[in-house]
Amino acid sequence: MDTSRRDFIRVLTGLGVTASLSGVGTARADSGVLPGFPNQFGVLVDTTVCIGCRRCEWACKEWNKLPNQKTLREYERDQSVFQKVRRTHDDTYTVVNRFENPRDPSKPIYVKKQCMHCYEPGCASSCFVKAFTKRPIGPVTYDASLCVGCRYCMAACPFDIPAYQYYNPWTPEVTKCTFCFDRSSQEGQIPACVSICPVETMTFGKRTELIDLARKKIGDNPGRYVNHIYGEHEVGGTSWMYLSAVPFEKIGFRTDLGNVPIPTMSKPFLSLVSPVFIVVPALAMGLYSFKKRRDQLEKDDLKKALEKKEAK
Amino acid sequence: MDSAPVTMKLESSWVQDKLFLGMTWNDYLRSQFTKFNAVVAIILLVGIPVIIYRLVFGLGPSTNLSDNNPWGIWIGFDMLCGVALAAGGFVIGTAVHIFGMKEYSFLFRPAVLTGFLGYLFAIIALTFDLGRYYRLPYPMFVSWGVSSVLFLVAWHVALYLSCQFVEWCPAIFEWLNMKKARKIFIKATLGATIFGVCLSMLHQSALGSIFLLMPEKLHPLWYSDYIPLFFFMSAVVGGIAMTIMESSLSHRIFSKQIKDHDPEHLDRVTLGLGKAASVCLFAYFFMKVIGLAHGNTWSYLDSSYGYLYLVEVLGFVLLPALIFMYAVQNNLVNWVRNCAIFTVLGIIFNRLNHSIIAFNWHLPLDERYYPHWMEVVLSVTVITIGILTFQWIMNRMPILYDHPDFEPENH
Repeated sequence: MDTSRRDFIRVLTGLGVTASLSGVGTARADSGVLPGFPNQFGVLVDTTVCIGCRRCEWACKEWNKLPNQKTLREYERDQSVFQKVRRTHDDTYTVVNRFENPRDPSKPIYVKKQCMHCYEPGCASSCFVKAFTKRPIGPVTYDASLCVGCRYCMAACPFDIPAYQYYNPWTPEVTKCTFCFDRSSQEGQIPACVSICPVETMTFGKRTELIDLARKKIGDNPGRYVNHIYGEHEVGGTSWMYLSAVPFEKIGFRTDLGNVPIPTMSKPFLSLVSPVFIVVPALAMGLYSFKKRRDQLEKDDLKKALEKKEAK
Repeated sequence: MDSAPVTMKLESSWVQDKLFLGMTWNDYLRSQFTKFNAVVAIILLVGIPVIIYRLVFGLGPSTNLSDNNPWGIWIGFDMLCGVALAAGGFVIGTAVHIFGMKEYSFLFRPAVLTGFLGYLFAIIALTFDLGRYYRLPYPMFVSWGVSSVLFLVAWHVALYLSCQFVEWCPAIFEWLNMKKARKIFIKATLGATIFGVCLSMLHQSALGSIFLLMPEKLHPLWYSDYIPLFFFMSAVVGGIAMTIMESSLSHRIFSKQIKDHDPEHLDRVTLGLGKAASVCLFAYFFMKVIGLAHGNTWSYLDSSYGYLYLVEVLGFVLLPALIFMYAVQNNLVNWVRNCAIFTVLGIIFNRLNHSIIAFNWHLPLDERYYPHWMEVVLSVTVITIGILTFQWIMNRMPILYDHPDFEPENH
C-alpha cells in the first residue's frame, strides 16, 4: 500500500479539512483488511519451567545499560524482592514475580513480566506524535526524539508496562522493553533475556510457529498446563505469549482484557470527525439563513405597517 | 511595567489612558493596594517558586505521579474541568449568532473572554504536566500521530483558541480605537463561531474519548461507549452554568462600567439560561441512564463505587435539573444562580471521577494517586493568574458594555 498517501489522507480527515475529499478516494485501506505482520517474531514463556533466578533481569539491565545494576550473584541471592509483586520502572524493563502455587505450595510459580509487544499496540495508537512503531518483525519500539511526555501511552497500556523518568527534569523519556530491537535488527541475535536463561523458560521464534509449539506442549503433557495460550488472542494478540499450570489470573495476569485490540476502541469516535465538519456547518448556515430571512420579513412587515399608518 | 516611566514621557496620555485606567503611575500603583490583591500576592509568592521548582527539578519531586498513575490533577482538574467549564463561549456564540437569540447577545463578549482565558490557562497548566513542555508544538509541526484522540484534541484546542481570539478581537480593537481592523473581525465572527461549534463538539467529546483506550483501568460505571456524548453534553451544561455564574458575578463586581445597567433584564436572561440548563441536565441524565442500560452495568450500582456514581448522577445531575426547573417556574433568580454553582461542582466531580477517583480502581489503596501539595498550589496559582488577566482585561476593554464610539455589533 502507498502508506504515505494513505497517511496523508488520514491526517487531513483527522483535521476535518478534507471532509469533502474523503468520498472521492478509491479503495480506502482499513487496518482490519491489512494482512498485518505474519512473519513477526515472538517469545513463548513457559512459566512451569522458570526457577526464579532473575538472570534475565540482570541481562536486560546489562544489555540496555540501565542504572542501579548489581552483580549477577547478588541477583541470584536476593530473594527479598519476591515479597512484593513488582512492575516495570524506568530502570527496570523486566521483572520476575513469585506467586504461590495452588497445586503444590512447595513449588512457587515465577512469572517474567515485560512489554508484550502487542499486534495492535494501545501505546502506539495513543501517541499523538507517533513515537511508537510496531516493527514488522515484532518489536514495538519507542523514539524518544519525538516524545513530548504526555504519558498517555502509560495510561493506554493494558499491561501497565511503559514507565517514566520522573526524576529527569529536562529530558525525561518513556521506558519499556525494546524486545532487544537493536540486537535482532542488526546482528540477528535473540533477546538478551532469552539467551541467558539457564533452563530455557523462553523460546524465541516465529510467532506462528510458537503457537504451534505451545499447542503441542499442551497436547503432549496432559495435566501440566491449563488449555490457554495467554497472548494468542488477548487484546488482538501479542508477540510474547505464556503457558501456565494454573489459571492465569492466579499468577498476576489480567484475564478481563478481552480480545479486541485497544486501538479499535477509539475508531468509531475518530470516524465521526469528517461527518461533523460536513453536517454542522451546513446546519448552522441553514439556521442562520432562516434567522436572517425571518428578521428581514419582520422588518418589511413593520415598514409596511408604518407606511399604511402614514397613508391614513 | 518597568519600562512604563520611560514611555510615559513619550506617550504619557496613551499609556495613562490604556494601561493605567486614566490615572498617573503613582495613583495607579496606589489603587492596587486592595484586600483582593493582597490575597493574590500571597498566592503568587508561594506559587511562582513552586512553578520554578517544577520546571527545574522535574515532575518527580513536585508531584505524586507514578508509573501506575501517570495523570494527576493537572490533567484531571486543570485540563478536563478547565476546558469543560470554558464551553460558555461556544454555547452563547451558538445561541446568539446561529439561533439569533438577540436578548442574550450582551453575554457574548464576556462568555467568549471567559472561554478564551479558560482554554489558554488550561493549556498553560497542561504545559507543566508535560515531561518535555518545550516540545508542545511537536504534534503540530514535527510528527503527526493521527490515530490518537489526543492528536485531535491538540489540534482542535489550538484551532479553537484562535477562533475565540477572532471573536474577542472586536473588543481589543475598540479598546485600541482601530476601526478598520475591528470591522474585519466583526465580519469574521460568524465564520469563527460556526467553525468553533464544530471544533468544540469534537474536542469536548474527544476529551472523554481519551478514556476509551482504558477499558481495563476506568471503572465500568464510568467507562462507556457513550463517553464522547457524555462529555459533550456535560460541557454544554458546564458552559451554561459558568455563564450564569460569571454574568451575575461580573455584573456585581464591574457594575460601575455599565451605564444602563438593567438588573431586571439580567434576571430575565438568567432565568432563560436556567431553563436551558435544566433541559440539558435532563437530557444528560437520560443519556447516563441509557449508558447504564447499554453497558449493562446495573449490578455495579450496589458497591462503594456504585454509591459514588449515584451521588454524581442523582445528586449532581438530576437534583440540579429539578431545582433549575422549579426555580424557573417560580421566578427564583437567586436559586438559579446558586444552583449554577452546584452544577459546576457536579461537572468538576464528574471529571475527577473519570480521571482520578474511578481511574485505576482495581489497584490497592496504597498504589492509588492523591495530589501532592505542590500540584494543588500550582493549579491554584495558574487559576489566580487567569483571574488576574480576566480582571485586567475587564477593566480596560469594552466587554460588559457597548463602546460609545462604535456602532453596536449587528448580526
